[in-house]
Amino acid sequence: MLTMQTVKVLYFASLRELLGVAESSIDLKDASDAASVWKAINPSIDLPDASLVAINQSYASLDAVVQPGDEVAFFPPVTGG
Amino acid sequence: MAQLIKVQTEALKPWIEISDFQTSNFQNHTNYGATATFVGTMRDLNEGDEVLEMTLEHYSAMTEKQLQEIVDEANEKWPLLHVLLMHRVGKILPADPIVLVAVWSAHRAAAFDGCRFLMEALKHKAPFWKKENLMSGESRWVEKNTPGT
Repeated sequence: MLTMQTVKVLYFASLRELLGVAESSIDLKDASDAASVWKAINPSIDLPDASLVAINQSYASLDAVVQPGDEVAFFPPVTGG
Repeated sequence: MAQLIKVQTEALKPWIEISDFQTSNFQNHTNYGATATFVGTMRDLNEGDEVLEMTLEHYSAMTEKQLQEIVDEANEKWPLLHVLLMHRVGKILPADPIVLVAVWSAHRAAAFDGCRFLMEALKHKAPFWKKENLMSGESRWVEKNTPGT
């Protein structure tokens, strides 16, 4: 069960396949940034160039602040339409 | 103003949707002089390879939010009367419609420009991803959009 200290992390499309999971989570004691969240969960895998980040369903930069309780998503460039 | 934004796994029938949307929302209105529509359809050829089928994935919660923001932005820029925006997800075959954008306004400039804006903004911002299964048996993610101009 998610507590308010947990950050939910989602991966889509080729990033989901690269990692082999669609979702993970991390417990944050303090505010962090998106790049650190990725590194903490995937220490041996570099985030592919051109990857995009969203925090709470809005586009964000890699150095954007992530708070406990946020939903962070990593995904490749979008190709809809 | 009528507005419908919808993402669906069922087959998209754009001309029926446009007709139904008009009938149920503004059948007797006499204020619109222009309707512009765009329908995007799956092709069987991409980057020189024959494509058998495609799967469209999306980030549901963010898609809804992004599409609403895009429509809000279009409404701020142009005097649009009605907007219909629909997108398919799931398994798609060549000739299947993928996306429908339809806008109604008093005059053609707002209809053309608003429709174009909505389509380009959707392609750049809405979190959808396409995976192609090729005739050769290979599958691959589409890595970037084709240019809009």
